[in-house]
Amino acid sequence: MIRIVDTAFDPGAELAAFTASCPDTVGGIASFTGLVRAGPERIRSLTLEHYPGMTETKLAAIEAAAHERWKLSATVITHRVGRMTPGEAVVFVAAAAPHRAAALAACAYLIDWLKTEAPFWKLEETPSGERWVAARESDTEAAARWR
Amino acid sequence: MRLRYFAWLRSRIGTSSEEIVLPDTVRDVGSLLDWLRQRGANYQAALADPGAVRVAVNHEYAGMAHPVTDRDEVALFPPVTGG
Repeated sequence: MIRIVDTAFDPGAELAAFTASCPDTVGGIASFTGLVRAGPERIRSLTLEHYPGMTETKLAAIEAAAHERWKLSATVITHRVGRMTPGEAVVFVAAAAPHRAAALAACAYLIDWLKTEAPFWKLEETPSGERWVAARESDTEAAARWR
Repeated sequence: MRLRYFAWLRSRIGTSSEEIVLPDTVRDVGSLLDWLRQRGANYQAALADPGAVRVAVNHEYAGMAHPVTDRDEVALFPPVTGG
């Protein structure tokens, strides 16, 4: 399931709802929550821009690829857009499977590919002004290990 | 053709989207970018570094040789930074 939200969400509530929705054939759930990091520069806010339409298309493709690769019962990707502040959740990803290995691997796969393929961009508001976040080579390498 | 711009490409070009009619010389992504660079200093500045520009045609990533027509939606944006 894919959700793009423009208001704050509670990752604990996301996990509880996902867990409750799982059938009794599920033996394990792995999840990842990405938070707005203040960092050494103490950013004041983070604004997430995205490309409506393409975002959903790419996230659905990433989710479908994970289901193709592992035996999964269910997956969820919730991504926030708009302006948010340090400590708030940006993204929540979870994978449920009969066995833990598939759940853990699929969770990492979803977030790694989301970071390199899904059309989101981060604008940081720092004490010295606004700045677009540059893509990280380490994110590309993290996704490449799944090739 | 509908053109969409995102993140710093949007702010450098100065608009988030525009409708254009392609000249006959533009048949693929590469020639589209070349043509856009001729349209003004803002386009030139935004598209100066080809390595910093990602292209999507109808919501799918596309390379320089991908064909384009007036019926397409083409988006130009920097490498993505979500998650």
